[in-house]
Amino acid sequence: MTVSEFEPWNDPEAKPLIHFQNVTKRFGDFTAIDDLTIDIYEKEFYALLGPSGCGKTTLMRMLAGFETPTEGTIQLAGQDIVGVPPNKRATNMMFQSYALFPHLSIWENIAFGLRREGMAKDKINDRVEEMLRLTRMEKFARRKPHQVSGGQRQRVALARSLAKAPKLLLLDEPLGALDKKLRQDTQFELMDIQEKTGTTFVIVTHDQEEAMTVASRVAVMDHGQIKQVATPAHIYEAPNSVYVADFIGEVNIIDGTASPNGEDTYAVKWCDNHAPLNAASPLPFSEGQKCHLAIRPEKVSISADKPEGAANMVQGKVHDIAYLGNISTYYVELPTGAIIKAQTANTRRIARRSFTWEDTVWLSWTATAGVLLAE
Amino acid sequence: MMRRFLLIATPYFWLLALFLVPFAIVFKISLSDAAIARPPYMPQFDWAEGIRAFISQLDFENFVFLTEDDLYWKAYLSSLKIALISTVLTLLVGFPMAYGMARAPTEWRPTLMMLIILPFWTSFLIRVYAWMGILSNEGYLNSVLMWLGVINEPLVILNTNIAVYIGIVYTYLPFMILPIYSTLERLDGSLNEAAEDLGCSRFSAFWLVTVPLSRPGIAAGSFLVFIPALGEFVIPSLLGGSGTLMIGKVLWEEFFSNRDWPVASAVAIILLLILVIPIVLFQRNQQKQQEAEQ
Repeated sequence: MTVSEFEPWNDPEAKPLIHFQNVTKRFGDFTAIDDLTIDIYEKEFYALLGPSGCGKTTLMRMLAGFETPTEGTIQLAGQDIVGVPPNKRATNMMFQSYALFPHLSIWENIAFGLRREGMAKDKINDRVEEMLRLTRMEKFARRKPHQVSGGQRQRVALARSLAKAPKLLLLDEPLGALDKKLRQDTQFELMDIQEKTGTTFVIVTHDQEEAMTVASRVAVMDHGQIKQVATPAHIYEAPNSVYVADFIGEVNIIDGTASPNGEDTYAVKWCDNHAPLNAASPLPFSEGQKCHLAIRPEKVSISADKPEGAANMVQGKVHDIAYLGNISTYYVELPTGAIIKAQTANTRRIARRSFTWEDTVWLSWTATAGVLLAE
Repeated sequence: MMRRFLLIATPYFWLLALFLVPFAIVFKISLSDAAIARPPYMPQFDWAEGIRAFISQLDFENFVFLTEDDLYWKAYLSSLKIALISTVLTLLVGFPMAYGMARAPTEWRPTLMMLIILPFWTSFLIRVYAWMGILSNEGYLNSVLMWLGVINEPLVILNTNIAVYIGIVYTYLPFMILPIYSTLERLDGSLNEAAEDLGCSRFSAFWLVTVPLSRPGIAAGSFLVFIPALGEFVIPSLLGGSGTLMIGKVLWEEFFSNRDWPVASAVAIILLLILVIPIVLFQRNQQKQQEAEQ
């Protein structure tokens, strides 16, 4: 069996399900969404990621119909949906607070949308039973929302929003209220349900780990603008700006000036007393252009002895160690005063660690380990 | 231990002194006979005759009398009707006001709340007298309507049941608004959005979500209006006419005009028994609400 890659965004023939064209949304003087254009394809699991106040929730509420854009158009399956009220849209939303109706049983909550459609009674029964099975809530159908746990409420909210088989399901911080362990389990459950139902999911989250786990593509937002849209791996390995690199995971940023020293390679001058660093970049930089070298801590090696033949190496002192059990992050202070983070897996017993606080260590990384960024 | 006992005993003592003892006295009077004396009933308890002789003189004559004269049960029924209709009217006026308050911007709400409570700063009696000035044939309402040319003859409102309804709705409106407002204010706005998202129009979202969820507030407000309105005396005697029959008024007349304390007491006892039903229902409603919140 061959697994074909799911990448409709690379297919010029593919028609997007959702198309935002130059959408701007202002609340008084405040610009929540700033001239934004994005495409979301069918069956995608699209994550909107950003700090609070970045406009991700506004974007989602415009999709649901609770807000109308000040400028621009939004298309759903080729049709302009600006001005269509929420109850006339083929989208459903799972609310952050779940918004389950407290006076109705779980069964009635799930049937709520179907009843409004005027669906036949036996069909409603079948559909509700199907949703209860999908979310493994059959046993709790007669209970009221306040009689089940937080994780179960979350599943009811999901079942209710999926019951009408929407073209697009919007999830507003769906796992925010769950504890970490339950959140991780639920992430996989969400992906599973998304795959089973074939519904397009748009999820809003401020948790980058969650976005990376569930999404086919992640859109990083800041101040009402999309900074980068890419697959989780691409966004982690090849961020297009310091903002994105810093927002996703941990990163060391070294500021300097670039000068070309080979094909697609550059010498980065970062400090007067040190040799320039070597970095490869597919993006062209001109001589003397300001640049930022972004390196993930796990791509920096740490050793007690001077490494042989490394493209980049610097010496420093262990300033701090964050022991996380499976890995340790070493905060190494360079003679310039800058701190570089290096991460290693704790493959040895902690007692046999070869360096500790205040030890002098060498940090090294390859020319391709980092990403050279212009902004 | 002593302190805890005192703490728990206080409300019971309060109840005993201010409710049970007066109730026992009124009950005893209702079993007595009217007399031209001071106090105007007998028997009086006399140590010399003993308790047995005292009790033997008590009877249920007055309660039997209440069933014989149709004035009384008509007055009870009429009171129930007036209380019920004015509760519904108060709800119809109060709900939109409470809804508007709960939807108002947060910074306005304390002001709106103040405006609801403000009338309490003036004496209730003065406010009812003010309504007499508004509603009378030469009153402000008729003057304005005639000046506008809406009517040629003054409307007769004062001294009719309409004036009584206006008075009760006006007086008890805050008791309806405040409990409804407090339930509406706590409602999560995303519930209505969720209903709309699932295919409801604005109105059906209101009808299917907001109204059922504000039921505890509606129930509390309705009881708070219905219970005092049933025994209301001041409003019907000032705004109502000779045709307005309410048990509070009958009670007053029995007590002060006829000076028949035993019959008046019997009327009061029956009124209390009628009121026990809504009071128990009200308590149960409050209890249910508290349980739901836990």
